[in-house]
Amino acid sequence: MNTLLDNLDIFTKGFGNTLILFAWSAVGALILGTVVAAMRVSPVPIMRGVGTVYVNTVRNTPLTLVMMFFALGYPQLGLPKLDYIPLAIIALILYTATYVAETLRSGINTVPLGQAEAARAIGLTFGQSLSQIILPQAFRAVVPPLFNVLIALLKNTTIAAAFSVLEAGAIRAYLSERGEPALVVLLWVALVFVILVLILSAIQRSFEKKWRNA
Amino acid sequence: MATSVLFDAPGPKAKTRNAILAVVTVLVVLGIIAFVVVQLGKSGQFDSKKWSIFTYPLVQKSFATAALATLKAFGVAAVLSLVLGFLLALGRLSDHAWLRGPVTWIVELFRAVPLLVLMMLFYYGLPTVGFKLTPFTAVVVSLTLYNGSVLSEVFRAGVNALPKGQKEAGFAVGLRKGQVMTSILLPQAVKAMLPAIIAQLVVILKDTAIGFVITYQELLYYVKYLGSQVNFGNPIIPGAMVGAVIYIGMCLVLSGIAKYAEHKINKSPAIAKAQENLAVGVAGDETAGGLPPGV
Repeated sequence: MNTLLDNLDIFTKGFGNTLILFAWSAVGALILGTVVAAMRVSPVPIMRGVGTVYVNTVRNTPLTLVMMFFALGYPQLGLPKLDYIPLAIIALILYTATYVAETLRSGINTVPLGQAEAARAIGLTFGQSLSQIILPQAFRAVVPPLFNVLIALLKNTTIAAAFSVLEAGAIRAYLSERGEPALVVLLWVALVFVILVLILSAIQRSFEKKWRNA
Repeated sequence: MATSVLFDAPGPKAKTRNAILAVVTVLVVLGIIAFVVVQLGKSGQFDSKKWSIFTYPLVQKSFATAALATLKAFGVAAVLSLVLGFLLALGRLSDHAWLRGPVTWIVELFRAVPLLVLMMLFYYGLPTVGFKLTPFTAVVVSLTLYNGSVLSEVFRAGVNALPKGQKEAGFAVGLRKGQVMTSILLPQAVKAMLPAIIAQLVVILKDTAIGFVITYQELLYYVKYLGSQVNFGNPIIPGAMVGAVIYIGMCLVLSGIAKYAEHKINKSPAIAKAQENLAVGVAGDETAGGLPPGV
């Protein structure tokens, strides 16, 4: 307990940054993921191709490598200087968006055929039927897997610790300088993650109940 | 649902619009690529100095060694994860509450802790109480515990999605509980879940890259090491490009094997039914439709 209380400053700073990374990346990944999913089912073959290539490339690259590109590579490019936190957020968004897109696409496939046919029959365009008929239903069908993606994102934020971001994954390195036992520190970090994941799972279940069979 | 249901066959107007959209997409994508390439070129990422490092036989050999280290961690962890996932799934599907309860907690626990934290626990945490692990062992143990838990959920979802008749028929011909599980339900569940299982194997392969944090000398570790070679102008971006090609190549090979196996596999009607159940999430199980995403 002392390990936690004596170093509350580092713990709160670390998990605060974790939540910042998580929140921004979640919003960004949901938006980009939806756009990519729409591209992958669009009537324009080239758009489908671009979406497919993007998803297949990034999904087969380790997040650690994506982040290395941004954290260590970007500063060499001579572009406007960015902090490590925004760079980590960009990497997380690009990586997680592919999973959001795939999840949504599988959700689009679960929407009954008649819905799309009815939308077309009353003369809705592709954009209208996707945004007003298909996606709202697809979103409900994929709430559980989408939350799994978000939970994975929360855990993936720790990888930013390897690239100079003070967040939960980096707490151990900071506290070993203060001479705290690594095992205790890491068990506290693990515990907080378990609690955060439990909270997300609870939200997931309540959404699931609310929207079941809707 | 085939995507073509979402839109009508394009008429003349839609054809023009689609053509315009196609051109815009191409322009945007080319613009982004051109911007990146120009920036890379301007900052000298394509200078021969940075790339000459790859012409040294020693560097090429080290790249191969590093890739092998990645594959070694992946291979051992994959086999162990499958075994652990099998055992945990048996535990979670058990009729005995005293077994089901603790196993459920173990699975939930290891799924909730980030892999990086798990690896650090084994590599930096355990030595403080007298257990010293090599980086390789720490990587493999962490990967096994995490992916074994995820795979157990995959197996369980597969078993739950099978039609009830399979289990009942097994009991009807006089098989015992364990026999029904191991010779009827699990084999079909594995076949039904093959895509999800392979997706998880790709995750294991990618996650070996986290091992570089605890100094496991695999591909990413070597890329980072190359990036610190001042004599060659810190070729981190060229190194990462080569590393990315190797990683993507390995993952694509794995996915290719998966597609081949999926194609070859003999699907009973029960397996087809289970996959259908999973696809629409009506199996009456909370994990159906909510499978671990393999992130």
